[in-house]
This record gives sequence, C-alpha cells and structure tokens, in this order.
Amino acid sequence: MIEREQVLHVARLSRLRLGDEEIDTLAGELSSILDHVDKLAEVDIEGVEPTSHVVPLENVLRPDEPRPSLDRELALSQAPDPHDGAFRVPSPQAEF
Amino acid sequence: MADIELLAASGAETAAKIKSGELSADEVLAFWLDRAGRDRLNGYLWQADRDSARQGLGEGGPLDGVPLAIKDIFCTEGVPTTAASRILGGYVPPYTATSVRKAMAAGMPMLGKTNMDEFAMGSSNENSAFGACLNPWDTERVPGGSSGGSAAVVAGGLAPWSLGTDTGGSIRQPAGFCGIVGLKPTYGAISRFGMIAFASSLDQCGPLTRNVTDAALLLNVLQGRDEMDSTSVGIEGGIKAPDAERLDGMTFGVPRALMGEGIEAGVLARFEDTLIRIAELGGEIVDIELPHAGHAISAYYVLAPAEASTNLSRYDGVRYGLRASNEDLLSMYEVTREDGFGPEVKRRIMLGTYALSSGYYDAYYGRAQRVRTRIVEDFEKAFGEVDFVVTPTSPTVAFKLGEKTSDPWTMYLSDVFTVPISLAGVPAISIPAGLAEPDGGGSELPVGFQIAAPAFAEQKLLEASYALEQAIGFDGSAALEGGVS
Repeated sequence: MIEREQVLHVARLSRLRLGDEEIDTLAGELSSILDHVDKLAEVDIEGVEPTSHVVPLENVLRPDEPRPSLDRELALSQAPDPHDGAFRVPSPQAEF
Repeated sequence: MADIELLAASGAETAAKIKSGELSADEVLAFWLDRAGRDRLNGYLWQADRDSARQGLGEGGPLDGVPLAIKDIFCTEGVPTTAASRILGGYVPPYTATSVRKAMAAGMPMLGKTNMDEFAMGSSNENSAFGACLNPWDTERVPGGSSGGSAAVVAGGLAPWSLGTDTGGSIRQPAGFCGIVGLKPTYGAISRFGMIAFASSLDQCGPLTRNVTDAALLLNVLQGRDEMDSTSVGIEGGIKAPDAERLDGMTFGVPRALMGEGIEAGVLARFEDTLIRIAELGGEIVDIELPHAGHAISAYYVLAPAEASTNLSRYDGVRYGLRASNEDLLSMYEVTREDGFGPEVKRRIMLGTYALSSGYYDAYYGRAQRVRTRIVEDFEKAFGEVDFVVTPTSPTVAFKLGEKTSDPWTMYLSDVFTVPISLAGVPAISIPAGLAEPDGGGSELPVGFQIAAPAFAEQKLLEASYALEQAIGFDGSAALEGGVS
C-alpha cells in the first residue's frame, strides 16, 4: 500500500508538482499496480543474472576523432529562454 | 490508373508502377496528400504539402515515390515532432532520425507525422495530448497503441504504409486491431538514433504495412548498423522479398498455458483457424511451455517505467519544449513537468522512480531484471525445439473508446502476448487472421495472429508469414474508405 507521504516523496524525486487530487489518485493506482507487480516474488531468481540488454555486445568503440558538433545557434533555437549564447534559467532562489 | 486501384495497391505494387512509368511519382504523391488531407480519424498530427514532402529525397531509390507516414516519435529536421506530448508542443528538431533518413534516401516522400500515445505509453492511442485516434473499421473503437495513428492511416486508406515503434507491443497490437501487418524486428536490427526514447532496452522501430512483402521491403531499407546508435547491429545479408508457398518441415510452438482466461471467443476461433491453415501448408503445431511468460507484464511494468523515468528526466524546461514557470529553478522544473506530461506518463514516471528509489531498487528493479533473464531463457529453450512461437496478437479485438481507461492494469493486459517477446528481444510480426465479433456482439473486427522467431531470423519469419498470408487471403479493403470524410 502506497501512502500519500510516499507519493509526495517520489513526486519530489520525479520533479513533479502534483495537485492534491492527483496525489490521492496516484496513491490508489500505484498501490494497485504494485499489488500485481509483487507477484514477481513467486519467481525463483536464485543465482540468476540480471538482464539489462538482450543483444550480446561489448565495448562498441569508434575512433576518437574531432568532428563538428551541433551548431550553437541551432542548439539554442528550441530553447524557451536563450540568452547571450546560453540557456537561461530562473535563479535557484526565488528572491534573487 | 484509377484512384481506387491506387488506394488498394500495396507499397511494392505502387513502386513497381512508378518504376515502369505507368504512374508518375507526382501523381502518386498528389493522390496520397489529398487522402491524408481528408483524415477523419485524427490519425495525423502534422501533414506535409507538395514541397515539404519532397525534402531530403534521394533519387532512383528502390522505393522511389511511394509516400510514407511516420509516427510522431521520430525526429524530423524542420518538421514539428511532439511524441504526442504537450511538453514537446511546437518542438522542431534540428536533425532527422536515421530510420527516416534512410526511408528518404530510398526515395519515399514523408506524408505526415502520425498520432500516438504520449511518449509511446499506452495501448489505445487515448493517451495522446492531441486527442484520441479512431479505428477505421469502427470509429467508436480504438486503433490500439501506441502506434495507433500509424496503423489507422494505413488501414483507413490515408497512407500506403508507415513507420512505428514497438516497446511492449506498440506496432503489433495496433496492426492487429486495424487488420494490417506490423513487424517488430529484433532489438538492434534498426537504429534508434533520433527516435524519442521511452524504454531504451526495449524500443525498436518497425514497419506497418498492407502486406508481408511491404514489411520486408521496408525492413530491408531501414535495417543496418548505425554509428549513431551503438546498440544497432543490422541484419546480416539484408532482407529480400519473401516467396515461400509452403511451411513443410517448420514447427510452430503454441504456449497454451499463457492463453488462459481473458481471450475473446472470436479471437480464439480465428487463432485455431490459422493453426489449421499452418497444418494444411505442411507446418507442424507443437505445444510448448514458456513457464515465466505469465510474469512478463509485471516485469515489464517495472523495467519500462524505470527506464522511462530516467529517459524523461531530460524534459526540464531548459533546452527545448515547454517552460511553464519562471519563479525559481525547482518550481520551474516541477511546474513544467506537471503541466507538460499527461496522466499515464506521470503514472509511469512515478512508478519507475519508485522502483529505482533507495530501499526498493533490489525488490523491484533488480528482481524484474532477473525475471527478464528467466523469460529470455524460456524463449531460448523454446527456439531449441520449434522454429516459431505463435499466439493471438491481443486477447481481444479493438475495444471501445473509454472502455479500459479507468483501470491502468486492465489496459496493460492488452499486451499480454506481445510483452514477453519484447523482453526477450526477438522479432515478431502480426498478420491479419480474419474478422471476429467482439464478446457481447457487434460488427466483426480484425484479429491479429502473432508469430515470433529467434533473434535476427527475420527472413525466415517473413517467409513463413508470407506463405500463411496467401493461405488466409485476408481482405482489408472494407476499411479503406473508413478514414476519409
């Protein structure tokens, strides 16, 4: 069972400012999904290696040669607030 | 050539007629732009015009002049790309996905960008921030998802073929629901560069087409190693058009235990019919076990959200897309993401973050990765005994809009047959097996038949699918006028 407090904690980690109603909805939905997911405990995984990738590949390398990167103006062209050749963001503290 | 013939023609047939001079690429493009312009399914989020469709085109390519619809998850330089999310509203990428670039180099004009579930998260296309897409067979029903738009436009006569992506069934399930062919290649067969990431260990690009031959032609163009995607390896020797007529000596495994409750009677009937067709063509049907496949949905809904929660951390209001607040930095992140993401995306970010958070990582993420290993082993063992694994593509035919939106898990179960294959990373195709009434009655709707093969055995998979397709003789033309107003 996921409590409101846990939802708020995970929302902070996820950088989501959930509305009050959403917190309650998600507490219910996540609890219900995790009830199903908890059935994974029935599988014997003793000594089983985890799979993160299915195609056997190791150390895919390329020559370390300089080449042009994305043009700065182009890279900034989609930014909400480009300024002076950079991405501008609000101050970490509201009062500044 | 009469318009009605062009509408019903496959991509391969149209390409041949352009090559022979019977049709000009100009008239083919004009025909399809007109059709796409009359979209009544909300299948397209963006449509090309005569000039934009031709941008970046190669000349004399093998598929010269046959237009292609592209899921809005592929970055296209100069053309809006949203992944059906508000957080990418108005985003115009500065580069083009490798798969799209290859399609253009082969001579295929881009017809438009198709609707989808937001960030490919969903099985009904109802999670699009720009409205649901409708099924051309019955506009009160969903086309499936997440590549719902890509399936609906091909089935509904708004495009000759399309590109989609499949993470847990997002090509195969909508192809099944719309009565067309959908192929998810082996993980690594096609470059993922420029494909907006959802769950990187599972995402794969693939074609949605009118028939198996078209799927083969597109796969041949799309596959290959790409230095921009270090997980791409391509398919050795490429892919040629299939021509098998028989299935002699081939064995087809049926995981009966996986096909328990929740399968509609009509779906099961078409599945059994298809097994009879296989036997008539000389194939052998064998019962097999996939002992851990029943846990696939649970493992998937830990692994895919975990990967999604990290992939989607890039949407922070700094470099592109929506910025919803300028109060202070933390508020800017939180309010932008709160306003920009839809409910299913937030649900999965929350689920994934929870599964990766301190104290829960081993219990959820670590365990799910180990269960995935068990499922990979199940398929390895099965393919030691049989050539193919077959199931219905989905337990039901296309369901009604709103029917499964109240309970996330009910929606997730729509992918019960497609997800195990995704976790194993092997290729699978959905071909139309005929029509069936939904449980509870109503007009008949398409049923998909799924065939999975060992990793990189796409040629063999396409040969068997082609032989079976000829024997089934499915006719999807009833839906071809369903897409236009």
